[in-house]
Amino acid sequence: MEAAADPELQSFIEAETQKQRFQGLVHQLTELCWEKCMEKPGPKLDARCESCFVNCVERFIDTSQFILNRLEQTQKSRGSFSESLTD
Amino acid sequence: MDGFSSDFSPSASAGGSSKLDTGAIMEQVKVQIAVANAQELLQRMTDKCFRKCIGKPGGSLDNSEQKCVAMCMDRYMDAWNTVSRAYNSRLQRERAKM
Repeated sequence: MEAAADPELQSFIEAETQKQRFQGLVHQLTELCWEKCMEKPGPKLDARCESCFVNCVERFIDTSQFILNRLEQTQKSRGSFSESLTD
Repeated sequence: MDGFSSDFSPSASAGGSSKLDTGAIMEQVKVQIAVANAQELLQRMTDKCFRKCIGKPGGSLDNSEQKCVAMCMDRYMDAWNTVSRAYNSRLQRERAKM
């Protein structure tokens, strides 16, 4: 109990949680983009492949933002999720 | 309870020991996170490289399969680092926008 209230420990845990969330997404994205970008593993990661990975990350985040925005907009223009879903 | 609190009471060595406890906890958390991350990477890497390199599982892991797996591991690490850098720079840009 005392340890949990320790502010140093608390900010440490917050920072580590943040880092862990980042790493978790890196694991997930590496796996996903590997499927999209890697044909046959060669002796080195060539430039084309590398830029595919970078684009894959960027477009994944774009997609997630696009979906979020669009859901927000449909919610605004049609009132609520349940209404638009039952249309 | 009494024995416990007298062993670890802060008054015994005035804050010094509680500082040490926090440090020990932080160290342990770091180790556990590192282990969890290594396991996560190992599991995904094994899955991906098995799919890429072992077409039809034969009587043994033959030479060309071993070569393929070794190369695949290195490329998976490259990919992980590339993704990590790309995601990090995107986060940086998003933060700058706000």
